[in-house]
Amino acid sequence: MFDGPEPIYLQIAQLIRAQVLSGELAEEDQVMSTTQFATTFRINPATAQKAFGLLVDEQVLYKRRGLGMFVAPGARERLRSSHREDYFDKVLAPALAQAEVLGIPLDDVVGYIRDRRKPAADPHPPEEARS
Amino acid sequence: MTALPPFGARFENVTVTYPRSWSADANGAVHRTPGATALDGITCDIPAGQITGLLGRNGAGKSTMLGLLAAFRRPTHGSVVVGAGGDLRDPWEDAALTSAVQFVQDGGDVFADQKCADTLAYYADLRPEWDAGRAAELLDLFEIPVRKKPAALSRGKRSALAATIGLASRAPLTIFDEVYLGMDTPTRHAFYDALLADYAAHPRTIILSSHLVAETERLFEHVVLVDAGRVLLAEPADELRSRATALTGPASAVDRLTHGREVLDRQELGATAMVTVLGTMPDDAARAAAAEGVTVGGVGLESLFVHLTRKEARR
Repeated sequence: MFDGPEPIYLQIAQLIRAQVLSGELAEEDQVMSTTQFATTFRINPATAQKAFGLLVDEQVLYKRRGLGMFVAPGARERLRSSHREDYFDKVLAPALAQAEVLGIPLDDVVGYIRDRRKPAADPHPPEEARS
Repeated sequence: MTALPPFGARFENVTVTYPRSWSADANGAVHRTPGATALDGITCDIPAGQITGLLGRNGAGKSTMLGLLAAFRRPTHGSVVVGAGGDLRDPWEDAALTSAVQFVQDGGDVFADQKCADTLAYYADLRPEWDAGRAAELLDLFEIPVRKKPAALSRGKRSALAATIGLASRAPLTIFDEVYLGMDTPTRHAFYDALLADYAAHPRTIILSSHLVAETERLFEHVVLVDAGRVLLAEPADELRSRATALTGPASAVDRLTHGREVLDRQELGATAMVTVLGTMPDDAARAAAAEGVTVGGVGLESLFVHLTRKEARR
């Protein structure tokens, strides 16, 4: 865990964001304390503290005095919308750049996306449709 | 009693030279060893209340630095000061200051030919903040037979005894010098866990010297990197981790992108090159690199340590 080359507090923040996005951590759930984080993952408590600070700034977590850190109301939706914005720049753009390197025509890429979406027995209907 | 606040420390232009020495070999020939410079004008701070990693290769000067903080020796030139709340003073022959500094050095300062319990009783008297309950827990955790003499223990158990003394001392400045030597992996992990739990419950200043960088780097909030008696870097661990960048991809593109930057390492495999440079890449440069098929990644503390302390890297 947290073996990537980037600063560990960013990796911790990313883990918590992913847990909130996937629903593993629900809104108003309590997050592990810095001490628990430090002893569980064998990291400096200040590193965990720094990750929490970052997530408080992003309104993913909030602090209840004397109790600890909790997932903020609306955190999941906020993360979904910010990740949606990033999706095109950070996920799709490099994939398209690679297609260009490989000489795959854009039409083929678009065609692939259309075909993938076709099986209408969609196991993951859009959120809006479910409720 | 209320716990003493954590200690900070500062090295100011510190030089330590060892005197010349003479030795004789089996044939009776006498060899003169010239005086060695252990520390060569170092200046750095040890932040109060943090865990600092003192990293360096063998003979870099780590133990000499730590011995100065504990007033086991004096600098040849320059000043070393320690203390709480920004009130830093020379610890030399200052009983109040030295009783607040626990230096756990290689081999440990123990009564080798008396029961371990005698050594523990000695430290209990010496350290005002000594936590006997914690000591008992750790002795149990590390399975140290206190009725035996340290001389009769294995290397790993002696190290564990030394680690126990450091943790139970609760000293406002606790220094572990390569304390893990001889410990097996489970014991080292148990030590790291005990250190973090103890630090979280009783914040204080801890210095851990190490060359097992990969294993210990995550424990550190601050890092001081020394090499050949000089301080190469002294900064927050997270900043250190974003110090260097590795670019991997087609050699021509990689060389163009790294042109004019300080190159730490260059590896080539056919048409692919991996070049490690000092500093970070701005986001737009990283995107431009990606468009050319070049991957931009971070560099772990251990790689950075290896690159910066290589013989060729020394000026």
